[in-house]
Amino acid sequence: MLEKTNLKVLDKVVVRFSGDSGDGMQLAGNIFTNVSAGVGNQVSTFPDYPAEIRAPQGSLSGVSGFQVSVGQNVHTPGDRCDVLIAMNPAALKQNVKFLKPGGVIIVDIDSFKEADLKKALFTTDRPFEELGIKAQVVEVPVTSMTKAALDGSGLDAKAVLKCRNIFALGLVCWLFDRPLDSALRHLHNKFAKKPAVYEANAKVIEAGYNYGNNIHASVSTYRIESDEPKPGIYTDINGNTATAWGLIMASEKCGRPLFLGSYPITPATDILYELAKRKDLGVKAIQMEDEIAGVCSAIGASFAGNLAVTSTSGPGLALKSEGIGLAVMAELPLVVIDVQRGGPSTGLPTKTEQTDLMQALYGRNGESPVAVVAAATPTDCFTMAFEAARIAVEHMTPVILLTDAFIGNGSSAWRVPDADEYPEIKVRKVTPDMIAAGWRPYQRDEQSKVRYWALPGTEGAMHRLGGLEKDFVTGAISTDPANHEKMVLTRREKIARIADNIPELEVYGAADSDTLLIGWGGTFGHLMTATDELAAAGKPVAFAHFRYINPLPANALDVIRRYRRVIVAELNTGMFADYLQSKLPGTEILRINKIQGQPFQVAEIVEQVTNYMTQSL
Amino acid sequence: MEDQQYTAASYKSDQSVRWCPGCGDHAILNTLHKAMATLGVPPHMTAVISGIGCSSRLPYYMNTYGFHTIHGRAAAIATGFKNANPEMTVWQISGDGDGLAIGGNHFIHAIRRNIDINIILFNNKIYGLTKGQYSPTSARGFVSKSSPYGTVEDPFIPAELCFGARGTFFARSIDVELATSQEVLVAAARHKGTSVTEILQNCVIFNNGIHNPITDKAVRADRTIHLRHGEKMLFGKDNNRGLVQDGFLLKAVTIGEDGYTIDDVLVHDAHTPSNFLHQQLAMMDGETLPLAIGVIRDVEAPCYDEALTEQVAQVRAKKGFDTLRDMILAGETWTVE
Repeated sequence: MLEKTNLKVLDKVVVRFSGDSGDGMQLAGNIFTNVSAGVGNQVSTFPDYPAEIRAPQGSLSGVSGFQVSVGQNVHTPGDRCDVLIAMNPAALKQNVKFLKPGGVIIVDIDSFKEADLKKALFTTDRPFEELGIKAQVVEVPVTSMTKAALDGSGLDAKAVLKCRNIFALGLVCWLFDRPLDSALRHLHNKFAKKPAVYEANAKVIEAGYNYGNNIHASVSTYRIESDEPKPGIYTDINGNTATAWGLIMASEKCGRPLFLGSYPITPATDILYELAKRKDLGVKAIQMEDEIAGVCSAIGASFAGNLAVTSTSGPGLALKSEGIGLAVMAELPLVVIDVQRGGPSTGLPTKTEQTDLMQALYGRNGESPVAVVAAATPTDCFTMAFEAARIAVEHMTPVILLTDAFIGNGSSAWRVPDADEYPEIKVRKVTPDMIAAGWRPYQRDEQSKVRYWALPGTEGAMHRLGGLEKDFVTGAISTDPANHEKMVLTRREKIARIADNIPELEVYGAADSDTLLIGWGGTFGHLMTATDELAAAGKPVAFAHFRYINPLPANALDVIRRYRRVIVAELNTGMFADYLQSKLPGTEILRINKIQGQPFQVAEIVEQVTNYMTQSL
Repeated sequence: MEDQQYTAASYKSDQSVRWCPGCGDHAILNTLHKAMATLGVPPHMTAVISGIGCSSRLPYYMNTYGFHTIHGRAAAIATGFKNANPEMTVWQISGDGDGLAIGGNHFIHAIRRNIDINIILFNNKIYGLTKGQYSPTSARGFVSKSSPYGTVEDPFIPAELCFGARGTFFARSIDVELATSQEVLVAAARHKGTSVTEILQNCVIFNNGIHNPITDKAVRADRTIHLRHGEKMLFGKDNNRGLVQDGFLLKAVTIGEDGYTIDDVLVHDAHTPSNFLHQQLAMMDGETLPLAIGVIRDVEAPCYDEALTEQVAQVRAKKGFDTLRDMILAGETWTVE
């Protein structure tokens, strides 16, 4: 058998599956993730798709990757991997840079023939030498073993080759002592409607697992520590699904039907897919003719009394700007989800970035404030989608929820919450008593400045909304200069007062350090891990992570002022740092920025924070 | 169905109407109030949604739920509204610029989906609110502030777009034809699916008299034909002219001349599924053949909002869940003790 030598007990390991975009690496990675989550590991994944739908087979541009970290204290998919699976030379070439020193590479040696090497632009027939690989390489004949396992199965050659990924998965399951029955269950669910395909994959995964048992070789291996997770029922969830489910929870909690008007766009389309499936919960999700129609149909649904949502990514948000402005003016609840990707323009559609912050805050004509929130992790997408909807309904305003490609596609194990873990959402409906007392469409709650929601179909509450400025008292069209200024200031104040209705900012790590590391949105995992590593290295810092961007939590500026050294780390050129700087003129804000379409690496955060800490204040 | 407790006044808001004196919009507004009273849908069950332009001010003058939105987007907003709240009767008000230029995409897709909304298209062949630029329905060569040497582009014919988008209802009227407008608006509202009612409307300031070659009292009877389902296609001052089939095309004849009798004159069938003849009728421009007013096409077809509601009900009946938690627990989960 493969001897499990050099046994290392680690609190977490990182595995990277890589292959051709048609090789099924995402599926293999997903099943490994789910199986690991099922044995009590924390998991964090990073699917790294190529930009092309199907680049030429075996080419460098067609390589698809899926990285997952499993174990304890897992906040990120890991900077680099302990085990790299490369199904062909192109995958090896593109991914070897992600291997840790001392890591192991597993290759399908059957696909390292001359023609394969050529496609990946190798110039010699010694690929490992050519790449200067010093790591241990385990050469496994994945293709021929898969073919052998399916000999006589009746599947055609193409279908047989499609099972290679599952052979590799079987091997990895063996390497990490993952229970095969759990993997089989996931395969069964995946191929529930194709029993022949399931049977084939079941055979192949066992073949891969047994291969590890039967072949004599030596490979470094790992025992992964499990956590003691909070008791409850768990499922595996990615950020986009969590976003969709958070909206459904909000719909249950406010008693208004959920409506989504959307248009396909990478990497946000999964939200439309999930909500389109949820007709079983009464959700209406419509694929409209364009992004503008997406937001406009949602505005119409909001006027009609639904919890209305539109989902998109950066370029789509640009197209929706005018519509969002209408919802600002009409003071209707609207949730706008922007799963950020690399920009500007079409940019890097499959890659992650935090570059839409300014667009979300300011990308509209006129004085047009909206609430902006951001999700920190894949599972936090659930909470923040709920929060976006809660704020929209309770404050009668558009809310932009910023997630990103990294957390939208990434997945984690998630404890299914009980319904009573989330608060009721208060709908300020126009009541018969209010109508009898002379209700007006722009009548406001004094404390929150929120106007009331007159649901169409209500007798006596007929009213007219629109994009033209309204009289503060009657709601009729008004061009009065003083009234306009009053309305602008009122809409602004209404947004500011949301601060009374959101949680305060928390500080993690060494709260009494003189250094505060700040992040927002999808970088939480990397910054939290960096905070831990800095503490372990004797350089403890405080860490504050923002999920409520506009308005900021009520205590935010006071918290920041407590620190002598303030560092904002973000995946853009400094948008949140600039935003904070405008509110903290006396504070010098240091910056860590990365704009490569990739998440942070923990190591680069640690290094840059350390550099700042060695500079005198 | 008809409920006599509502009168035209029930649908009038308290806002003073701000259109220019002499504008055709006044007449259309009044006929809409009357049509609504005929229909008897309560004001609180009615929504009027508009885009931007002179005509799009109309919702302010309605005592219904109303939404004066942004340029071109009324059809998309009405689509969301109707699907979110299918109990409501939804009207959309757009002009030729709002509906066919900036909003052209939403216009055709609303029609294609056959959402149960009633689109009233005010066609004055000009941009009025922005003070006189040519519109997508202005004729080739039309001189305006933005086309000082005349346009070098052909106009849309709204009916042609409507049929191109597989429209199930198309009617036409003229602002001054009050009775016809009321008649077609009632039919439009009773139609299930997207109805498009084009009303030729006079902009007294920027395009005064643009429809006069057809609508002038002196020529109107000879240059228009009022189509009614099941009736002969007759027109003319003495009602002695008719439309007959001429190969694949239509021809106007005088009964008793050239051997034509009343039996040769076509009977209007608004309900026939094929839009072949409907399109020919709708394309008549008042020059060689009379411009058609009345309900030109009115056919049954599945409408989107109803199909969506039904699909939700079917899915729920088959494998529905009461709560999110139930749905999640029915999927792949594991328990940690």
